[in-house]
Amino acid sequence: MSTLTAWIDGVGFLAPGLPDWPAARAVLRGEAPYAAAPSVLPPPALLPPAERRRASRIVKLTLAIGLEAAAGADASLLSTVFTASGADGHNCHALCEQLATDDRQISPTRFHNSVHNAAAGYWGIATGAMAPCQVLCAYDASFGAGLLDALAQVALERQPVLLIAYDGEYPEPLHAWRDTPDCAGVALLLGPERGPRSLARLDVAATSDPAEPLADAALEALRGGIPAMRALPLLARIARGEAGAVTLDYLPPMQLAADLQPC
Amino acid sequence: MTPLLLSAYTATTCLGRGLDATRDALRAGRSGLAPCAFETVQLDTWVGEVAGVDDERLPAALADYDCRNNRLVQRGLETDGFADRVREAVARYGTTRVGVFLGTSTSGILETELAYRRRDPVTGALPGDFRYRTTHNSFSLAAFTRDYFGLEGMAMAISTACSSSAKVFAAAARQIELGMIDAAVVGGVDTLCLTTLYGFASLQLTSPQPCRPYDAARDGISIGEGAGFALLERATHAAPGSVLLLGAGESSDAYHMSSPHPEGLGARLAMEAALKAAGLAPADIDYINLHGTATPANDAAEGRAVSALFGDRVACSSTKGATGHTLGAAGAVEAAICALALTDGLLPGSPGTATPDPAIPVQYLLETRRGRVRHALSNSFGFGGSNCALVFGLAA
Repeated sequence: MSTLTAWIDGVGFLAPGLPDWPAARAVLRGEAPYAAAPSVLPPPALLPPAERRRASRIVKLTLAIGLEAAAGADASLLSTVFTASGADGHNCHALCEQLATDDRQISPTRFHNSVHNAAAGYWGIATGAMAPCQVLCAYDASFGAGLLDALAQVALERQPVLLIAYDGEYPEPLHAWRDTPDCAGVALLLGPERGPRSLARLDVAATSDPAEPLADAALEALRGGIPAMRALPLLARIARGEAGAVTLDYLPPMQLAADLQPC
Repeated sequence: MTPLLLSAYTATTCLGRGLDATRDALRAGRSGLAPCAFETVQLDTWVGEVAGVDDERLPAALADYDCRNNRLVQRGLETDGFADRVREAVARYGTTRVGVFLGTSTSGILETELAYRRRDPVTGALPGDFRYRTTHNSFSLAAFTRDYFGLEGMAMAISTACSSSAKVFAAAARQIELGMIDAAVVGGVDTLCLTTLYGFASLQLTSPQPCRPYDAARDGISIGEGAGFALLERATHAAPGSVLLLGAGESSDAYHMSSPHPEGLGARLAMEAALKAAGLAPADIDYINLHGTATPANDAAEGRAVSALFGDRVACSSTKGATGHTLGAAGAVEAAICALALTDGLLPGSPGTATPDPAIPVQYLLETRRGRVRHALSNSFGFGGSNCALVFGLAA
């Protein structure tokens, strides 16, 4: 089995109780306690006013983590890989609710926001990026799927790729069937060569080993409850500057062995 | 990129099941569109519905995946001997070395739309027989396909609206090129649902008559459904005359959620990238299968991009007047049509189109004709400004 390699040049993060990467890094280093709290989504300043007013939670989420990871790079030139276990749950619920009534005249804005690539589309409008933009779904395995395609693009195109893995919640009644508790996401700026901003070298290969649970029960609940948070074991290594391999959950029986070498 | 062999491919649309039915319809210039009679939909529009999808019975062990979209997945896989070719590849390479890369726009959301009509009147809960992961979720068709063949390796769904199942070719090609897998099942499946029918109608993008791509009087799309699949492998031992994927190009419009860039800038970038990946010049292309949805804006923008890059030298057509717009399946269905263009020397015409728009200076084919096709290019563009172009050729 081959290995995919890239340099991690930036990290963006947002999760319940962890508003950005510095906050998450401090918790993952053990320097601050983890306190669960609803995710705080910053307003999307980069969007034009019309789009900003209508921006959904996942649009705010992806702009926040994508721009945090891409700080110092020119976002308008970056290829992107978006990966999410679902689209905008609230928008989906509103559409299904209306389509179940006698008045099926749904809003055109709701319709174009229903596509799985809506957040990616708004990212393009906000940043002006005309580079390739991938949008994936692999249910609980979505982070792994995104990592595989992003690393492959870095390896072949020899250009940086911004991976944006994120998930949002469904309201009831869909929440009973898909209980993602809140919005959360992680973004990684991946480059083909070691650069001045490189944090670590990442090598990824297939394995069938199980992923190790996180020691902190609350963080482990986050890892298991939100698909993008399957990245947490890797992020913990990055936060602590630790070398070595961790197993990330992907698609059973295929898992990903992620080997990190800090710079 | 390193050329890849399409060692098997198939398409099922309203034109019929499989390559022979598709070929016959294209030769005859026949359209499969009919006035919309889907479910309880009350819209003045035409659709390309696949006959008998709901007769398909999934294996008992995979019953949780049962929904219209996965029934069409199975129908497509079990056509033209495609599933057998996949099983041979799995036997050759192993269950961890054959990847699954499938595109869809709405997957099995129809199940959720119907379940919302059966909510508990008191609690609002969905009915107990509802399933989310195996029907509605965008990954459902890839998970079903992976389980259908007992695969244990890489799988992902690509959902970039109407470019989804063109982009699967690019993603799979990357993993094969890097040695992560040896073969890939790529394709796309989308089925009729209320979200897309009422959604495109809300945007006033559906035509009240059969769609007329590139016509001066075009007034919108006809929504279709379809399944297209290809088995990608390294082309080292490709027999002469086999169909090859030579290049893929991807880009973004960065312009608007539901309108294309008016100058077709993103479309042009994708076509240029596909030609570059294939190591070909515009003069090497003999047929372009256009995205050609038949909305005024799409065809004008795409036409500008095509004419800027190719002039009026290259024969081109949209086959959506025949199949309807199969949305997330369009890329894979039209890849199969490009394969037929190459192997049969068949340049498909455009049922429904009467008067090509004089404002779009491309060589638009109204009637199907015969001619040598050395290389074919296929365009697929989606909401959110997602563009993909693919270049196909024949093994020497």
